Amino acid sequence: MEIIKGQKIEKHLCEQHATQEGLTKAVHTPINELLTNFVKVQSGAVTGTGELICDNCGMKFTEFRENSLLGCPQCYIAFEQALTPLLERAQEGASHHVGKVPSRAGTGEQRQQLLLRLRKRLSEAVASEDYELAARLRDDLQRFEEPQP
Amino acid sequence: MSLRQITDHAGEWLRGAGPHNEIVISSRIRLARNIAGFPFVNRANRRQRHDVLKRCQDILMSGRISQDVLWVDLVDSNELDRLLLVERHIISRQHATGGTDLPRAVALDASETFAVMVNEEDHMRIQVLRSGMQLSEAFEQINHIDDALEAKLDYAYSPRWGYLTACPTNLGSGIRVSVMLHLPALKLTGEIDKVRRAARDMHLAIRGLFGEGSEALGDLYQVSNQTTLGRSEQEILHDFEHTIVPQIIAYEQQARQALVRQRAAQLDDKIWRAWAILTNARIISSEEVFGLLSHIRLGVNLGRLNTVDIRAINELFLMTQPAHLQKITGKEMERPARQEARATLIRQRLGIR
Repeated sequence: MEIIKGQKIEKHLCEQHATQEGLTKAVHTPINELLTNFVKVQSGAVTGTGELICDNCGMKFTEFRENSLLGCPQCYIAFEQALTPLLERAQEGASHHVGKVPSRAGTGEQRQQLLLRLRKRLSEAVASEDYELAARLRDDLQRFEEPQP
Repeated sequence: MSLRQITDHAGEWLRGAGPHNEIVISSRIRLARNIAGFPFVNRANRRQRHDVLKRCQDILMSGRISQDVLWVDLVDSNELDRLLLVERHIISRQHATGGTDLPRAVALDASETFAVMVNEEDHMRIQVLRSGMQLSEAFEQINHIDDALEAKLDYAYSPRWGYLTACPTNLGSGIRVSVMLHLPALKLTGEIDKVRRAARDMHLAIRGLFGEGSEALGDLYQVSNQTTLGRSEQEILHDFEHTIVPQIIAYEQQARQALVRQRAAQLDDKIWRAWAILTNARIISSEEVFGLLSHIRLGVNLGRLNTVDIRAINELFLMTQPAHLQKITGKEMERPARQEARATLIRQRLGIR
């Protein structure tokens, strides 16, 4: 066991140390973990007072604790660590979905991220009256929203 | 189709048909869905809410789901119409009042078997409602509707958490399976508390007629799953069809038989007093009506009262509620006037002069 998984355990220790020391991550981090961490960094942030906040919609974790409603799909990523124990308590200890998967889920997550960002940039462009950019973004959005074959 | 056309008959769920209809009033399934790329409703601004509404309207009204779909804009509609939809279990109280004029709507089909609330707590709350014990049929229908919507809309979904919902208690499959049960004998014998405790142990919610916080008016109880993550739709349905509902039906039937065997006079007294009051009252509240109808319904199902058929009783559960009463009589009334009109309507419907 140790021999077989020896390398993996070693790597995990390295990662932990690296994180503790504030150094960069080990090189062999699986790609999906990298992506998840990337998304975490992208969408989760901490305010000046050390409060968790969702970068996408501005929802604070304390607001969620007050009314039990999250602000947007990204909140699940931004608050993942704080949410997980709460979810497990509410859901009989479950921590993963079992059941129906939408047929268009294949590239779903990436598309969702992309759509979210494009929409955000679009409203910023409209707000700053940059109509040229807005038109381009709208075209992009339309293209991505077409059902995929 | 218009709202006016649906007022004067009971919706699909109160038709009093379907398997085990003497105890199972209706089977309901709802799915919580959100469209990717938008904040959830509570965080969405007016324009985003409007965009979500428009997208949902386009697909729901395209004829893909059903040919005859009625779209009700809840901001434009009047209070009485909204209350009517609440009484028919087409929309939630929260969706009716909203507390705001923010864009929200409901799409429903002519038979009222399905309805989609748009911009309630989630972008879409899809529901299928059927008479009696028909969970498999309801699931088949709702799954088909969900597929049709999904073909045109990108749902907020994550491989780990499943369908993403505003409230994490709906996360995962987003499914809420619920059956409405008429349990007068368990109430009369005091055994309903045992059922409540057993349900709690099985992570089920037991609520009254109008869901959260509502009392069990008319001995009508809604039993629903609370867990939506980590269990497939089929597993949840299987539990309801093969364990939960059959067990509660058996308890209620035992309690009914025990009443007939051991306390027949008291039972008949309850049933016939209920009949006497309903057919003679001149002023009556809807709460009192619910209690009396429950005992009459029990009497009809046990063959101890045959002056009325079950369908008329089921319909009265609906027609005597405030919005229905005002729609049927064609005038808006305050509570005292409604109580009088209610008593009159009941006598008319029961064929009493």
